[in-house]
Amino acid sequence: MPRIGVFVCHCGSNIAATVDCAGVAEATRGFPGVVHAADFKYLCAETGQNLIRDAIAEHRLNRVVVASCSPRMHEPTFRKAVAQAGLNPYLMEMANIREHCSWVHADRQVATAKATEIIRMVVAKVARNEPLTAKQVGLTKRLLVIGGGIAGIQAALDVANAGYQVTLVERTPTIGGKMAMLDKTFPTLDCSACILTPRMVELSQHPNIELRTYAEVLSVKGFVGNFEVEILQKARKVNHLTCTGCGTCWQKCPEKNVPSEFDVGMGRRTASYIPFPQAVPNKPVSDTANCRSVRHLAAKERGEKLMECRVCEKLCPTKSIDWEQKDEIIVDRFGAIIVANGYDTFDHSVYGEYGYGKYPDVITGLQLERLMNASGPTKGEVVRPSDGKHPHSVVFLACVGSRDDKVGRPYCSKICCMYTAKHALMLKEHDPNIQTYVFYLDIRAAGRGYEEFVRRVQEEYGSTYIRGRVSWIYPQDGKLIIKGEDTLLGRPVEVEADLVVLATGITAASGAVDLMQTIGISYDTYGFINEMHPKLRPVETNTDGVYLAGCASGPKDIPDSVSQASAAAVKVCGLFSQDYLTTDPMTSVVDQMKCVGCFLCEEVCPFRAVERETLRGGKVVARINESVCKGCGLCVAACRGEALNLKGFTDQQLLAQVTALLRA
Amino acid sequence: MSVLKFASTDQPGRNGLLALVKAKTGQDVLACYQCGKCSAGCPLSSAMDLAPHQVLRAVQLGQRDLVFQSSAIWLCVTCQTCYTRCPQEVDLPKVMDALRSQAIQEKIRPAERTVKVFHDVFLGLVERFGRLYEVGLIGGYNLLARQPLASADLGLPMLTRGKLELIPRRVKDREQIRAIFKRAAELELEEITGQSVAAAPPASVPS
Repeated sequence: MPRIGVFVCHCGSNIAATVDCAGVAEATRGFPGVVHAADFKYLCAETGQNLIRDAIAEHRLNRVVVASCSPRMHEPTFRKAVAQAGLNPYLMEMANIREHCSWVHADRQVATAKATEIIRMVVAKVARNEPLTAKQVGLTKRLLVIGGGIAGIQAALDVANAGYQVTLVERTPTIGGKMAMLDKTFPTLDCSACILTPRMVELSQHPNIELRTYAEVLSVKGFVGNFEVEILQKARKVNHLTCTGCGTCWQKCPEKNVPSEFDVGMGRRTASYIPFPQAVPNKPVSDTANCRSVRHLAAKERGEKLMECRVCEKLCPTKSIDWEQKDEIIVDRFGAIIVANGYDTFDHSVYGEYGYGKYPDVITGLQLERLMNASGPTKGEVVRPSDGKHPHSVVFLACVGSRDDKVGRPYCSKICCMYTAKHALMLKEHDPNIQTYVFYLDIRAAGRGYEEFVRRVQEEYGSTYIRGRVSWIYPQDGKLIIKGEDTLLGRPVEVEADLVVLATGITAASGAVDLMQTIGISYDTYGFINEMHPKLRPVETNTDGVYLAGCASGPKDIPDSVSQASAAAVKVCGLFSQDYLTTDPMTSVVDQMKCVGCFLCEEVCPFRAVERETLRGGKVVARINESVCKGCGLCVAACRGEALNLKGFTDQQLLAQVTALLRA
Repeated sequence: MSVLKFASTDQPGRNGLLALVKAKTGQDVLACYQCGKCSAGCPLSSAMDLAPHQVLRAVQLGQRDLVFQSSAIWLCVTCQTCYTRCPQEVDLPKVMDALRSQAIQEKIRPAERTVKVFHDVFLGLVERFGRLYEVGLIGGYNLLARQPLASADLGLPMLTRGKLELIPRRVKDREQIRAIFKRAAELELEEITGQSVAAAPPASVPS
């Protein structure tokens, strides 16, 4: 016989203001099975929990209903409380009379009646609750980091230094990400490579880290603690085990006219290449789309003629060139994943008024970084792409692809104000005779030393800031005319410029949405990952065991990205510090007598928890892998033969709830 | 509205107007970040064609015509409200003063002629008598401002009640006053020519 205790919480005045809690408690005493009812100001407080524990002992309760808030926050609290009193924690049910009642109603009488009805239903349910036991599963203490930018590097290093094995997957031939492309970093003007490359080297030499560049994640199966991941290792056509990175192949490669991705098209590279001198690994890949030898082999297969090259193969001192090398798929197991897939800059060719990306002297901030960098295509000389001349007047446009609903980017990209200020300062350092203009909407310089930096650029370096968006750029006599408005003075402005730099905003990295779908995590309309909670759980995704860092969840500067990476690393270390993971016992269960083996459940299960089992006599039926099942209930709804049931939410329990409400 | 044009060789970040104000006042107008607090508190900004922060903005952009032809620089009464409140500590009244004096030096016709007339008459009387001669100020100002009968209804009552003295009073040591004006003229000349005109002022002159 169930002996049910009902406890009604006031939640201060959150519930008590609209619900007569004492009256509700009194009313529940008449419900079937209820032997005790009480109300209290704060049940979640230690005194409130004691009240429940004492009542269980005193009234020999074997079921408990806590009528209070949503179970989201305090279900664990009350389960623990009843467990301490010797009751199975799953014999406690919560009735939500706050979010579902007091907060959404104004009439005290109606709300009191509704609260009573809610509790009536839960009492009917709890009477049919069975004791459940949580299961434990093992976990693979290995981390997969997706993305080798500064966020991925930091996360990998932190977790590896804590003693766990890490695999870092990066889709380009080198790690380093966008930070490696930068010349200096704001507001300290640290040389970006000088602070980044030591980390890159540390990562490549770390005994706990396996580095996989030129590789992509193909599929992710499994669940927290036990992910099975397919990784595509793209063919490099170079055997990295024997290659010494001597540089002969990329120095001698005759195909020298490939636009360099690393230099954002400002420079050229060879077909066999390393993206930049400090690349990690410092060994080349052959870009098969442009390599003459690969193209020759492909043409031969088609029966066409194309000149043979094989220069690198002939000259390689270690015979590391391998034309037979194919893409390879590696399957590996991981306990956790950190997604640090970074960002791309906005493609400004959608702006006709800025020349559709076709004016050679209208470049992006990232392109300017490459021009200013000593290892860049111009060896650090800032020249106009059109004629190679030094510019005197340089105009910057902030918010290109940011704060612009028309191009689908209403958000602020956060870093552009600062990097533009940095550019204006650095240009002046490059050539004191350069005059810079910055057209801006607002200056957003929230960060340590950021505002001071922007002021310095205007006051000391004489950069002319003009508040207003530029409406039109057009070429005239080898120069560019920029038309805007000084909204402070309320007058139109026209600047004659030699070079225009667009502060293009941050967008989700190319392929971000595909990656999120592959992993199974939620993302927003822009392709940025949704955090589990934007304030309190900012580095967790809504999938257990998958974490995020850096621009994967929206625009961030370097310090923010690094902080997030370390935060995600701590979460992973916390997970890996356990030897077993406790799984929720509220999983599906198959009544194999009723199962007809249609396996509709297998089709609908998003977690691949349904397995096949052959009974004696040859009948094939479904079986649920409880450590994989998340208790979503899809299979229960799909099953036509009512063979499936969800523990803790059985059909019988739910029917009892509905019946209780209808009969009242 | 006239377009503000910048050629590719221009250097608005180091324009002559900025340098001029800096030399005359020591103020760095680039420090102004255009929050508008000065204009919001200015008792006269509603009467000005450019609000005070816009005067600074025009200086930042080297817009000489805009600045020197504005009424704002003449309407400012240097009440110091703006400076007291300025978060960037730009001494705007000092800048306004410098702009007025520069406009006079360059013989630019002031947008508010009568303000200049008032200053001229006032200082002329102080130079002559060592202190203000009110009847002279009223008469001189009204004549030069071409409004001889302005406020005439107030003149007689003020005279009969002894508020105005017909005979000007003079300070005792008019030599010192003259020395001050002489030195001021020399400084002004120095500023224009860039050369030192006179030796150090006599010790008796209060600095």
